[in-house]
Amino acid sequence: MKLSHESIEINAGLMIVLTLIAISIGGLVEIVPLYYIKDTIEKVDGVRPYTPLEQRGRDIYIREGCYTCHSQMIRPFRDEHMRYGHYSLAAESKYDHPFQWGSKRTGPDLGRVGRKYSNAWHTQHLNNPRDVVPESIMPNYPWLLRNELDYADVADRMRALKVVGVPYSETEEEYLANVDQFGATMAEQFDINRAELSLLAQAQSEDWDGDRSRLTEMDALVAYLQVLGTMVDFTQYDEGYFAEFR
Amino acid sequence: MAEQNQGKAVQTTGHAWDGDLQEFNNPLPRWWLWTFYATVVFAVIYWIWYPAWPVADSFTKGIGTVTYQRDGKEVTTHWNARAELIEEMQTGSETMKQQAYLQKVAAASYDEIVNDPDMMAFTRSMAKVLFADNCAACHGVGGTPARIGLYPNLRDDAWLWGGDIASIEQTIREGRNGFMPAFGQVLGEDKVEQLAHYVLSLSGHAVDTAKADLGQAIFQGKEGGCYYCHTESGKGMASQGAANLTDAIWTVADVPGAADDAARINAVEAVVRNGVHRQMPAWSGRLDDTQIKLLTVYVQSLGI
Repeated sequence: MKLSHESIEINAGLMIVLTLIAISIGGLVEIVPLYYIKDTIEKVDGVRPYTPLEQRGRDIYIREGCYTCHSQMIRPFRDEHMRYGHYSLAAESKYDHPFQWGSKRTGPDLGRVGRKYSNAWHTQHLNNPRDVVPESIMPNYPWLLRNELDYADVADRMRALKVVGVPYSETEEEYLANVDQFGATMAEQFDINRAELSLLAQAQSEDWDGDRSRLTEMDALVAYLQVLGTMVDFTQYDEGYFAEFR
Repeated sequence: MAEQNQGKAVQTTGHAWDGDLQEFNNPLPRWWLWTFYATVVFAVIYWIWYPAWPVADSFTKGIGTVTYQRDGKEVTTHWNARAELIEEMQTGSETMKQQAYLQKVAAASYDEIVNDPDMMAFTRSMAKVLFADNCAACHGVGGTPARIGLYPNLRDDAWLWGGDIASIEQTIREGRNGFMPAFGQVLGEDKVEQLAHYVLSLSGHAVDTAKADLGQAIFQGKEGGCYYCHTESGKGMASQGAANLTDAIWTVADVPGAADDAARINAVEAVVRNGVHRQMPAWSGRLDDTQIKLLTVYVQSLGI
């Protein structure tokens, strides 16, 4: 058959096949290199997967749609550097599935919000932002303090993340590899078999939502917010080092 | 079907469906077509100039370059936003203007900054932005928080942790943990009420004097031990972050906002019963020495 304008236009099956081929070329060029390109992810110490409690907090962050107004991507511009701190590294979100970079900022970027404010502030602010920031237009999230945290399926959630490449451990061998990479304390947190115990222990380790007697969704979300952007110690690195990865 | 379009005869595509259903062949406007060609040309220039195409495990770097200083040596690298940021932070025109002042402030003593109108004007404008980005979430945009009870007001001259330059700098640099134990369980409701009457009497509020006398014994005795931190006079102790109870300034109990005597007692009782847990984070890791210096001068100036 002759591939003329007319024969393609009047033959729906042929047109579908050719359209798929055209789109696939674009897709292949854009997506495939991501699987083998090695020059763009910085080699830095400190980046680790989320603990079970932080991971549940992250699920709540996504459930509540925080990403619709808050990005987690500080760009390498002077004004962002001055306001938020060091620009985000690719390595810092390598265990994020899905990443929360975003491009819409109705509220401020949260890429380095970890330990910027106290736990009490986060709890008051999420419960009713106007309590602490009168000019805020963020909605209230009062149910976070009321809802008990459901952590029954935390091990399954970690298993799902393991499938996409987060190094949570199930076997002794994987656990020992994590001890080597992240140290014994963190490796225990990443052990799927101990997920619930680790979650409960971390919930008690700090006064996340102001009430240790209950484990609420607020506990998990505050624990997650407090770790954002805190994993890499930037005093260890020369700025020029990061520029080598671009 | 009109055979004319803008006064010109229009060609058909030559296709015919169902015998006589034809399609006009209206070419795209010239301006649109040339804009399209221009974007194609732009894309090619972009590929050549900037990092663009993935190749094996790396990518084409482009021919654009950025030059910056690294460890005292000049480094030239292919164009990328990170290198450009380093260059801008080293030699950008706005950065240089700011750097001139920042270096002056960094080298000056606190007295020199306060007494130099030029440096003080810079400090106010720069610290105002730093304050808005970092401090305002708790302390409020102008230094006054949303309401009494959450975080200290910086616009008055009462300082929980000391109002001299050295104390303010230490507060910003290291953060503070404000803590008062909860006395509800230890003392019981009656004694909590008596303490509230005594505490309010210190600032000249009308109280039940019999209860206040009992409260005084608890406050000044071993049972409450309140004087350990608030001192015997009730004027507070900066090293403990203990509030002065004899003035009209309240940072935890909302006494000024209370409607009547009973509400005032309730507000103070709640603090005695539940204690206080307040944390200010340490800023030394987030802000550099000069930024902390600017904020110290600014925060102190708010309180005067």
